[in-house]
Amino acid sequence: MAMTMTQKILAAHAGLESVSAGQLIEANLDLTLANDITGPVAIRELEKAGFETVFDKSKIALVMDHFAPNKDIKSAEQCLQCRTFAGKHEIVNFFDVGAMGIEHALLPEKGLVGPGELIIGADSHTCTYGALGAFSTGVGSTDLAAGMATGKAWFKVPSAIKFNLVGELPEYVSGKDVILHIIGKIGVDGALYRSMEFGGEGVASLSMDDRFTICNMAIEAGAKNGIFPVDEKTMEYIKGRIDREVTAYEADADAVYDEEYTIDLSALRPTIACPHLPENTKTIDELEHIEIQQAVIGSCTNGRIQDMREAAAILKGKKVKKNVRTIVIPATQEVYLQCIDEGLAKIFVEAGAILSTPTCGPCLGGHMGILAHGERAVSTTNRNFVGRMGHVSSEIYLASPAVAAASAITGYITDPAKVAE
Amino acid sequence: MKARGSVFKYGDNVDTDVIIPARYLNIADPVELATHCMEDIDTEFVKNVKKGDIMVATKNFGCGSSREHAPQVIRDNGISCVIASSFARIFYRSSINIGLPIMESEEAANAIANGDEVEVDFDTGIITDITTGQTFQAAAFPPFLQNIIQAGGLLKSLKERESK
Repeated sequence: MAMTMTQKILAAHAGLESVSAGQLIEANLDLTLANDITGPVAIRELEKAGFETVFDKSKIALVMDHFAPNKDIKSAEQCLQCRTFAGKHEIVNFFDVGAMGIEHALLPEKGLVGPGELIIGADSHTCTYGALGAFSTGVGSTDLAAGMATGKAWFKVPSAIKFNLVGELPEYVSGKDVILHIIGKIGVDGALYRSMEFGGEGVASLSMDDRFTICNMAIEAGAKNGIFPVDEKTMEYIKGRIDREVTAYEADADAVYDEEYTIDLSALRPTIACPHLPENTKTIDELEHIEIQQAVIGSCTNGRIQDMREAAAILKGKKVKKNVRTIVIPATQEVYLQCIDEGLAKIFVEAGAILSTPTCGPCLGGHMGILAHGERAVSTTNRNFVGRMGHVSSEIYLASPAVAAASAITGYITDPAKVAE
Repeated sequence: MKARGSVFKYGDNVDTDVIIPARYLNIADPVELATHCMEDIDTEFVKNVKKGDIMVATKNFGCGSSREHAPQVIRDNGISCVIASSFARIFYRSSINIGLPIMESEEAANAIANGDEVEVDFDTGIITDITTGQTFQAAAFPPFLQNIIQAGGLLKSLKERESK
């Protein structure tokens, strides 16, 4: 029977010839991931259940990125628990402050995830690695604990929605606008329990960083995973990062999809998700005058080098508006260094922004940029739920790095083309 | 097995950030953590909830973050079952894995009102709104998931399998 790209990866990892939607399978894992929030819960459950060993010390990644560098004693204790566990089990891929970056930018960069692989992570944005043609999905800490102990996880094989991308993105429009547009179209549960499979001639024009951003937010449409086909750009990205053999799976030509959408990339406009759901989208042209007190540029969604470059191109030689706190967070140490080497760091600081060490911090209201009552932020992060970045009456507008940078300059949510003029 | 209690009713897309805000995720003690359940949308929940009570919501319950703290604090507040039109997939898995009973029924989720007395029969999947007298049939779990539930969670079921 014809299979989608996701189904082929699942079948291969379950040792099955083929699988079909709805089937329950047990699959072998290539990597498991946890962070300083979900790791301690997984470790506690693992130890409570009496598991004394892990399945493979080289196939577990622990990344201290959420409340790190530690924001308080409780956070420090959680990192300590992860550090102790990593030491005890000789976990190879334990990333502490100094080596860590935001997990979903870090793992691809370090070559820990690759085409055709199957990854689970105790973080909902684990779906990011679909950009590389992998099956990756977020799970809870107990699933992760089971994965760390046995190297296996159970899955219900998903059906899929196909997104056929055509055309090329115009100037000042990026992967963030593509995924916000799609979520606005299908809703926050539009892909519930299903795969979002991207394809079409438009894929070739999308950078890897655009693809990471798009797959990252598949969860915001409720999807189990998002996935891109493997092409020259994928292979170019993994060159020098991965030396093990990888498999490029392709969906069968006659694979069946629940729904199919055609997205004309050339017709997209800068797109903003208004409070308090990622599906509340408007184009920049439809949006009313929205004043902001904070701009955040970073996160697992938009903290990669392309994002930094796009923000810097807008901010170069300009100043952020007085009283707009502008927080730029390169997602990894490598991106941070690139910001320095390419002169982006200087642009940000001279514009009146701050450049932070990698952290998830403000995205989930942890630290490094919490909002007071009634305050409003434009943010390149992924969720604008009630209270997500601080006080319950604060508001988050999700946007691309170019829009966030332009808005920081004017003090209200702004079309980057207008600032660049 | 049956559960019976009064209902706390919520709407669409109740996300894990409101079930347990991330600012509390540095708290390791489950008892302290549970005191913050739902506080950003319902400050009365933790004050009024009693052991055995039932949570009802409409579509996409538990969307957002993968934090298992979310089903955990609901369970630790004594909620005996969450009924929703649909669940976000990570929340769905985690609830089964940690032993928080959940039921999917759009009809029940739409019809049941806040404060109603509701009984859930886990063996038959029948949900009864005692207050209105209406009954609803929830979808049954596949046997594979029933095994996890009966074992008391995923890790216990794996341990059982290991020892066989």
